[in-house]
Amino acid sequence: CNKMIITIYTSHIYKSIKTCHMHFKILARTPLILPSLLLQTSLSVFRLQDFSVKRRFSDFLGLHSKLASKYLHIGCIVPPAPRRALWVRVKVGKEDQSSNEFVEKRRCALERYLMRTVKHPVLLKDPDLLQFLESPELARAVSTQALSGAGLMRMMNKAADAVNKMTIRMNESDTWFEEKQQHFENLDLQLRKLHGSIESLVCHRKELSLNTCQFARSAAMLGNSEDHTALSRALSQLAEVEEKMEALHNEQANQDFSLLSELVGDYVRLLSAIKAVFEHRVKTWQKWQDTQILLQKKREAEAKLQITNKPDKLQQAKDEIKELELKVSQGERDFEQISKTIRKEVTRFEKERVKDFKETIVKYLETLLHSQQQMIKYWEAFLPEAKAIS
Amino acid sequence: MTYPQPFRSVGAMMQEGLDDGPDFLSEEDRGPRAVNVDLQTDATLQVDISDALSERDKVKFTVHTKSSLPNFKQNEFSVVRQHEEFIWLHDSFVENEEYAGYIIPPAPPRPDFDASREKLQKLGEGEGSMTKEEFTKMKQELEAEYLAIFKKTVAMHEVFLCRVAAHPVLRKDLNFHVFLEYGQDLSVRGKNKKEKLEDFFKNVVKSADGVLVAGVKDVDDFFEHEKTFLLEYHTRVKDASAKSDRMIRSHKNAADDINRIASTLYTLGTQDGTELCKFFLKVSELFEKTRKIEARVAADEDLKLADLLKYYLRESQAAKDLLYRRSRALVDYENANKALDKARAKNRDVLQAETSQQICCNKFDKISESAKQELIDFKTRRVSAFRKNLVELAELELKHAKGNLQLLQSCLGVLKGNT
Repeated sequence: CNKMIITIYTSHIYKSIKTCHMHFKILARTPLILPSLLLQTSLSVFRLQDFSVKRRFSDFLGLHSKLASKYLHIGCIVPPAPRRALWVRVKVGKEDQSSNEFVEKRRCALERYLMRTVKHPVLLKDPDLLQFLESPELARAVSTQALSGAGLMRMMNKAADAVNKMTIRMNESDTWFEEKQQHFENLDLQLRKLHGSIESLVCHRKELSLNTCQFARSAAMLGNSEDHTALSRALSQLAEVEEKMEALHNEQANQDFSLLSELVGDYVRLLSAIKAVFEHRVKTWQKWQDTQILLQKKREAEAKLQITNKPDKLQQAKDEIKELELKVSQGERDFEQISKTIRKEVTRFEKERVKDFKETIVKYLETLLHSQQQMIKYWEAFLPEAKAIS
Repeated sequence: MTYPQPFRSVGAMMQEGLDDGPDFLSEEDRGPRAVNVDLQTDATLQVDISDALSERDKVKFTVHTKSSLPNFKQNEFSVVRQHEEFIWLHDSFVENEEYAGYIIPPAPPRPDFDASREKLQKLGEGEGSMTKEEFTKMKQELEAEYLAIFKKTVAMHEVFLCRVAAHPVLRKDLNFHVFLEYGQDLSVRGKNKKEKLEDFFKNVVKSADGVLVAGVKDVDDFFEHEKTFLLEYHTRVKDASAKSDRMIRSHKNAADDINRIASTLYTLGTQDGTELCKFFLKVSELFEKTRKIEARVAADEDLKLADLLKYYLRESQAAKDLLYRRSRALVDYENANKALDKARAKNRDVLQAETSQQICCNKFDKISESAKQELIDFKTRRVSAFRKNLVELAELELKHAKGNLQLLQSCLGVLKGNT
């Protein structure tokens, strides 16, 4: 089993006074050198156990599109790349809070994305991934607009629609697939709902933080105008407590986002990838069926040709039939292979899902716990001040 | 959904123990609900609102009096009053020249269930789009909110009556006794349009005057200081009141979100086939409980902080009004002096001018004397109320934070132990 750990750092590069590029430095650590890596790669042999390269955001998108085009259709659940934001605020040279927050969010998302990808035993052997992790120079991903995560989703959805429009419905002989599909659909519904509520919570907690800040200032002013000395002091202390609460609420909102919201969001996107994989299975079955039908037609045509006296055409027909018979066996093998792969993938996915949710939610609850401990500290400090009035 | 029907009285609800979740009837709320004023309850005259009934567009308060005073026919009696009758009583104090030297206890605000009603309406309309559990839950939430607003309006009407009953002069007022005792409807119609317009102009004139008067420096240091203090204090407390309301509303919104998260986690828990199902159910249960605590925090902050600030907003306005009346009396006195000088100079109507001047002088002195005491009492009441509420606020915040902490610790213990 591989235990590669990815850490991502950010750095700005100034190309000119107007353009500022965000670079992400990827540090990949492996506890041991994996022999399969040495065999697969035609690039330099990994001598180091840590290797680090610099990449742009579009490079990540390029990597994902390559992996998706290679592995989705054979049933691998390829982790989706982080979405390109609809607006990108990169102020040249400006170190303001909102763009820092944006960069940090992106950095985290890329780190999670890459970690998921390297955890996948099949993807880890892929030469494109290895090149991405190791090669100091990387060919710039071409027209990443079309290859963006959203674009890819659109392509996959189109494929899904095409499948739905097929006239021949698949005879599902394996209830496992039906059950799993239903399970994932239910899960998708609930996770989207959950995601919405969590986003609302983040928003409201940020609001709470802001409003607490304003109240704190107002309370301080009230304390200033109060002419009873002890009460005036207590009101100022109240203002201080509320300032601390403002910081707590803000921090908690950040945790709500980075732990809960991103976790659920990631899984909503992963479920789209699973949906695509199931649909590819249907497409594979369809292809196999179509080839069988074609073979049948050719056999009927050959039978007709047997009666006529056209030896050339007959031979051609026999050759075509041979070809099609091979194709049909291949089609059957492909279908069996993708079904087998999907079973394995789904099992792995579910295991990861359980681990992910447990770990992240426990971590989140610990942040809530810490928040409450801080609150207790602040109010305990305030209480004697309030009692000291008059 | 035909909500609200005649809402059962507070008394009945208390007996039913309707509050299954947050305990709205905490120890502080039982007994005389004089939350924002520290009043000495006097055996000779005790007033409270023993019951209240909310109907479609009005609230009926049962005003209960216990008195050993001879003016009343009985020692204990009750009448039913509506909000307009409280306003009538308040206005009769304001318009009474005899009371010009007192801080008139501020009128209670009109009971306002509009927002709550709207929410219940929306809930009814959206009934189809949510699960039965969610609907029941939200309905309970809104009912609890309605009940909270209801209790608040009862408390505010009660505080007004208690303040009057505690005031050495106002408690003897005849209108007050009629209000307490007269069994029938006082037939106090609300102000019609013309009267409302008159009020509006009166206020405009007053505030214009107020600006004028505020500019004049008072010879008396005490009053000069009080004027400066009150003008600034009133503005600041107004701002603090508004900001505290906003803060508390955000708190409620966040608690609502946690409620929805808990519901969805519960659904996930029941659906999931993996070990996550137990996990989700446990976390859902935790969020349900912490959400209730968060809602309680918001409610307590509302009672101890927001209501306190709102009340002192109104009281400081009443104190300002007193200062204004005193200033007016001073201006009248000064004008009478000038008229007297003129009369003496012309040697015409001197006696008339002298009497007029004497009356103005007496009036001004009387107001100044009682105003001084009133303002000192105001400060005492204010400090005491703030102390009580800030202490209680801190204690409640601590109680809830500790409650939350315990829930989180025990849940984490279970979750970590299982993995």
